[in-house]
Amino acid sequence: MNLVLSELSVSFGSRRVVAIDSLVLGHGEILGLAGESGSGKSMTTLAVLGLAATVGATVGGSIKLDGQELTTLSAPELRAIRGRRIAAIFQSPATAFSPVYKVGTVFTRALRLHGADKPEASDLAASAMRQVLLPPDLLRRYPSQLSGGQLQRVAIALALALRAEILLADEPTSALDVTVQAEVLDLLRSLRESTGLSILFISHDLAVIAELCDRVAVMRNGLIVEQGPAGQVLSAPSDPYTIELLESVPKIGSSS
Amino acid sequence: MNAPLLRVTDLKVRFGPVLAVNGVSLDVPAGPFGLGLVGESGSGKSTIGRAILRLVPSSGGSIVFGGASVGSLRGAALKAYRRDAQIVFQDPDNTLDPRMRIGATLSEALRTHGVVPHRDLQARAGELLAEAGLDPAFAERYPHQLSGGQRQRVAIARALSVQPRLLVLDEPTSALDVRTQAHILKLISRLRDERKLAYLLITHNFGVVSELCEQTAVLYLGKIAELGPTDVLLRAPAHPYTVALRSAVPEVDAAGRRSRIVLAGDPPQAASPPPGCVFHPRCPLAIDRCRAEVPALREVAPGHHAACHRAEEVLAGTALAPRSEPGPASP
Repeated sequence: MNLVLSELSVSFGSRRVVAIDSLVLGHGEILGLAGESGSGKSMTTLAVLGLAATVGATVGGSIKLDGQELTTLSAPELRAIRGRRIAAIFQSPATAFSPVYKVGTVFTRALRLHGADKPEASDLAASAMRQVLLPPDLLRRYPSQLSGGQLQRVAIALALALRAEILLADEPTSALDVTVQAEVLDLLRSLRESTGLSILFISHDLAVIAELCDRVAVMRNGLIVEQGPAGQVLSAPSDPYTIELLESVPKIGSSS
Repeated sequence: MNAPLLRVTDLKVRFGPVLAVNGVSLDVPAGPFGLGLVGESGSGKSTIGRAILRLVPSSGGSIVFGGASVGSLRGAALKAYRRDAQIVFQDPDNTLDPRMRIGATLSEALRTHGVVPHRDLQARAGELLAEAGLDPAFAERYPHQLSGGQRQRVAIARALSVQPRLLVLDEPTSALDVRTQAHILKLISRLRDERKLAYLLITHNFGVVSELCEQTAVLYLGKIAELGPTDVLLRAPAHPYTVALRSAVPEVDAAGRRSRIVLAGDPPQAASPPPGCVFHPRCPLAIDRCRAEVPALREVAPGHHAACHRAEEVLAGTALAPRSEPGPASP
């Protein structure tokens, strides 16, 4: 599996908000996309999911999944890929679950949409829950009865149950407590090891990216200003913007 | 030593069956001074800040500000306290009325407390904006015409407009981008020296307290787990919870060679706290004594307090060997 973005542009009318020359996510790789609000990182996610049009944006250039062009697919063709081969989790897991349905209902409905029959769906759901270290009986609860960290893990479990090859994770830990964030990062790391999942990890927090990612691309105003191995970019940044971002991270033990 | 500006003794705040704050004692000396309150969601850190400002009623204990008991303030004395103690929230939209221009928001506070004569209101509002690093012309704008960082600067300017002696900063930068956060932290640091501010800084970010607070209290389930000088607490923590919390913080420099203490399970419910030490169900060091006997907050080194039966072992570094990552501990 690989995902290749080339000459990708996302525009609102004449205003271009993303212009990426080249970005490649390899098999089993965790790629960090770093940037602030308005840098275009979330619009990039929407473009990959084929959802940019829903917010009124137009996409140009190419997005290829294993050589297959995604930008020209029809809506039904895209639906077979989105949520199946490419799954996404967002900052607020609550947005992924309707508050009026038990999480298990949402879970099995998604699985059945992608072709599982009923008993198969509940088996898959239960084993995916165990993979993210949650008891399967949480599926019988409503979203409001789960903590933010639990709900985010359920969202990840759903991606696993669908055997997603790529997980787009848009600020998935920004709303979580640091201890819970550490657990979710551990989970993503171990899932990559055990399933070969590729992860595009979007965050404004360079410390989190340093912990988790193999490579990092730094975005500003829709452009990638710097990309490379995470250790190299974060220890010896070459772009002034990357340097400024790094200096902005509050450091423990910096005061005297 | 002189009496502190703020003395909180055995504070309790109850919401129905939940004891959100369970016997917290804190001192804040006159400024410039920063006290950090650090903890996870549900630790009671925000509730303490709100109880001090009398935004929520306390159910027990005392809060003494400048020699007077806050709980018994009435009338003019209460109004004076409302001026002396100010708060900045995580979300500046809690402070700014979307239908009021920035200038009107600032002069309302000035007028209410009669800080400056009526004819000077506009000029003073402009000065406050400039002090917070904003163009005085922003007085004519509405909140939605400003960015989140600019709105937070206005919220800080508004809090400082009435010349408070105590400021509660409740996660003032958690909703901001990292560069904006750095600018706001710099602003707080500059104002604290210029204005001789004393503040309580509520945050979950150890990096933020490390930059801005002389002292830090780590809270767990409505109680202080550990209290001491920030640098000591971060360098040599005496409570296993502080060690675990500290080890969960991602750091750019430490990536790849970090070891982390994994806490078992989720935080317990404040409605049904466990017996003994409230941390024992998740504590890697829990012994029988921890399950039965509530540890008192005691001085384990000069100025350094911890509520743990085994604090000495934690301090000596003999009790906790962080689990190395990846993989389990070696046998």
